[in-house]
Amino acid sequence: MATTPTTPTPKPAPAPKTNRLGLPILEYRGGKTNLCAGCGHNAISERIIDAFYEMGVKPERVMKLSGIGCSSKSPAFFMSRSHGFNSVHGRMPAVATGALLGNHTMKAIGVSGDGDTVSIGMGQFVHLLRRNLPMIYIIENNGVYGLTKGQFSATADIGSKLKTGVINDLPPIDTCTLAIELGATFIGRSFSGDKKQLLAMIKAAIAHKGTVLLDVISPCVTFNDHEGSTKSYKYMQEHEEAISEVGFVPHFEDIAIDYDAGSTYDVEMHDGSHLRLRKLHEDYNPTDRIRAVSSLMDAQQRGEVLTGIFYIDTQKPSFTDLLNLVEEPLATLPESRVRPPKSVLDDVMQRMR
Amino acid sequence: MAPSDVTLKAEQPRAAAERSGEVVNDFSIQVATVNGSGSQSANSVLLKSIFAMGIPISGKNLFPSNIAGLPTWYTIRASKKGYIARKKEIDILVAMNAETAKDDILSLPTGGVAIYEDAANLKQYREDVVCYPVPFDKITAVVCPEAKLRKLVKNMVYVGVVAQLLDMDLATVEAALRRQFAKKQKAADLNWAAVQAGYDYAKASLTKQDPFRVERMHANEGKIIIEGNAAAALGCMFAGVTVVTWYPITPSSSVVENLIDLLKRYRVDPDGKATFAVVQAEDELAAVGMVLGAAWTGARSMTATSGPGISLMSEFAGLGYFAEIPAVIFDIQRVGPSTGMPTRTAQGDILSVAYLSHGDTRHVMLLPGSVKECFDMSVEAFDLAEQLQTPIFVLSDLDLGMNNWMTEPFSYPEKPMQRGKVLSADDLTRLGGFARYKDVDGDAVGYRTLPGTDHPQAAFFTRGSGHNERALYTERPDEYQHVMERLARKFDTARKMVPAPVTVVNGTSKIGLIAYGTTDFAVTESREQLKAEYKLETDYLRIRAYPFTREIHEFVAAHDRIYVIEQNRDAQMLSLLKLDLPPEDAVKLRSVRHYNGLPIDARSVTDELVMQEGI
Repeated sequence: MATTPTTPTPKPAPAPKTNRLGLPILEYRGGKTNLCAGCGHNAISERIIDAFYEMGVKPERVMKLSGIGCSSKSPAFFMSRSHGFNSVHGRMPAVATGALLGNHTMKAIGVSGDGDTVSIGMGQFVHLLRRNLPMIYIIENNGVYGLTKGQFSATADIGSKLKTGVINDLPPIDTCTLAIELGATFIGRSFSGDKKQLLAMIKAAIAHKGTVLLDVISPCVTFNDHEGSTKSYKYMQEHEEAISEVGFVPHFEDIAIDYDAGSTYDVEMHDGSHLRLRKLHEDYNPTDRIRAVSSLMDAQQRGEVLTGIFYIDTQKPSFTDLLNLVEEPLATLPESRVRPPKSVLDDVMQRMR
Repeated sequence: MAPSDVTLKAEQPRAAAERSGEVVNDFSIQVATVNGSGSQSANSVLLKSIFAMGIPISGKNLFPSNIAGLPTWYTIRASKKGYIARKKEIDILVAMNAETAKDDILSLPTGGVAIYEDAANLKQYREDVVCYPVPFDKITAVVCPEAKLRKLVKNMVYVGVVAQLLDMDLATVEAALRRQFAKKQKAADLNWAAVQAGYDYAKASLTKQDPFRVERMHANEGKIIIEGNAAAALGCMFAGVTVVTWYPITPSSSVVENLIDLLKRYRVDPDGKATFAVVQAEDELAAVGMVLGAAWTGARSMTATSGPGISLMSEFAGLGYFAEIPAVIFDIQRVGPSTGMPTRTAQGDILSVAYLSHGDTRHVMLLPGSVKECFDMSVEAFDLAEQLQTPIFVLSDLDLGMNNWMTEPFSYPEKPMQRGKVLSADDLTRLGGFARYKDVDGDAVGYRTLPGTDHPQAAFFTRGSGHNERALYTERPDEYQHVMERLARKFDTARKMVPAPVTVVNGTSKIGLIAYGTTDFAVTESREQLKAEYKLETDYLRIRAYPFTREIHEFVAAHDRIYVIEQNRDAQMLSLLKLDLPPEDAVKLRSVRHYNGLPIDARSVTDELVMQEGI
């Protein structure tokens, strides 16, 4: 028996809170933001961090992609342990498509802006939607080009006013109706200031396999937050109208709460998570594309900004499913799997004699 | 206008009739037809029959940018000496297109041969040409009762006529034909009957008046016939390509179409799962963007395009260069500028590809000069892309890519796949981290990690914006310049790794010729002409890659005058050489250019060189 007197051990400092992987939220943070103080994009980065942390996704399993613009800088400001690719203006969809072909086992999140997506990037954006590429595509939508100092983008509403007094006289392009039409399988709109809704939507997006299009109104405090703007904090506070209440129960948590089937849609997702969408609009049905488009157009006409999940389809195969790829990432298949043996070359040569 | 650069009778240089006696295994045949009339099979049978008789051949399809209705020409050259460049003069014309028949016969040299539909009465245009009128329609109607097939079968009749006139071995023709229609017994029989009918007609009704004929040789043993694009596709498969993206464009489409066939056949696992992904992209911007995205994850990825696509890929090419991402991009060159002549050949993208994109950008180019090199360089391109972490451009052209060429069979890659500097999770544990763009080994190539590497320090941020060694955003002058200087040094590393030129040096000549790609065939033949006809000895260097290796500098230094021979208007390779050479060597460069859309021929090179030499 040891006789040395034991000194009482000091009480350990409380362990930092961790997720189901045992990682503290610190491991999901990124570099220090250099966007303007109060920029909606920073709030979205925070929600992305929270969502991946709470879902317990290992950061190394995530690829972050973007184009060019203020929004596209933001992948540097979340999840430093994930590989990131800030590509060229309007071309993130192509890079993301290639990256997911190279390694279809990864989770991909793309962050773009309204100019990057809807103007210069429209050509690629529509094809990403059409392919149902399995990724989360967030548009940080502020209606202006921030990095070039405040010109209108193609999502600016008719009648919206620039700081300089210029009035926009062209109609906005609605990315959500477009995405519904073209075949994306998870489409919603939120507001950077709506923490609860946005977090639930991103968590559900992580559980989805297929293109998730989230159009997030994200006010530009420097160039588009004034009276007369329809993308300002004030305008959104007055005009946001949720179509449904978004509840999300990840697959690793018990579903304890019952729900009223008459007023709530329960959607089981690929990974076993449940999306609970409580109707706030009379004719809301998240599996009906025509109603979804109709609701969006109706709200637009009334000058309201409809938010929530408009449409979801958990059954449609994603682009990488259609390609019928081997289980492992193509990128790291060994030589023995990708270089056929000499007998194959001999066979081909023989046929050409 | 027939696709010959010899169109005026008065200017005919060397006419066949000037030669005396028989001309054996040395002639060109031009078949003039209508696009979409199905003459491809007939021409292929003709080509393969002569090939099977052991005589060196080459075949060129001169076709319009059109689906059906416009004139098209197919030329076959037989050359006992093994010359496979286009021959400037046409010796034997098969005029099957009434619309171009007059122009076609006018383009023949004196003593040339014309085979044509009897009713066309082409004899009226040329007294100095050997004429063989043939009642093609009547013969076809007899062998082919089904009227709607006659347009196709008619082509086989001329195969029979040509076979008889050239004294070809009929059994060899039959074997080639049966192989062509291997899976269609009925079609084979019908077409064979047409060949026989043509043969019988010629034998019974035509009197041989021309000197051309074939005689069995043994020059082709072991050889195969293949198009450059098919060879490149084969190379890509054996390079282990996994991600292929494309946007259809002539003349590159058949690279990917061939590759798709190969991958479906040889790269699907027993459970039906593919070890590859092919995507037809929405445009060339997307195609190359996907290539970079895939290569960033570590996949061997490629795209194939032509001039207009290259222009669209410009911005991404700069990203690939600056962010240091491997990629393999095939440019099957066609005639520019702009849409140009999509179905005609050129070497017109040399300068634009070398510097593709804004800012200080430079790219590695591989320049295959044969179908065999299309295969070998495809394999090599993927190795170099990953070793150098940069886009590699393979510049072929329409002539090489879409025409049939004889070649030795290809050799299986000797080296295992060279995947370049990639750090694993274990490496990172051992090293305790890494700096993506740091020159650790002194070769200016950094170490990269792939997305998905299971280590907290594996990630880095890839960007086309200013970055430092640690891949962090920077606008600091010293950090930016540091990266740019390393990239310049990396180009010097490339200089030591790319394929060296092929040189033919006799040690006494003061004149050096430089060429690349398909210009090689004409230059090889021209050198013999210069020697035989003008007693002019030349040395020769064929460039196979950019940046230029040491041997190229040495070759220029060792000669008094250098002729750079190429298929573009602006002497593009010469310009690139000038930028690379010391001033005292740059002044030695002279230019021989051919840029009318037809493949360069030896006679044009010889004539131009002789003129510039003042002989």
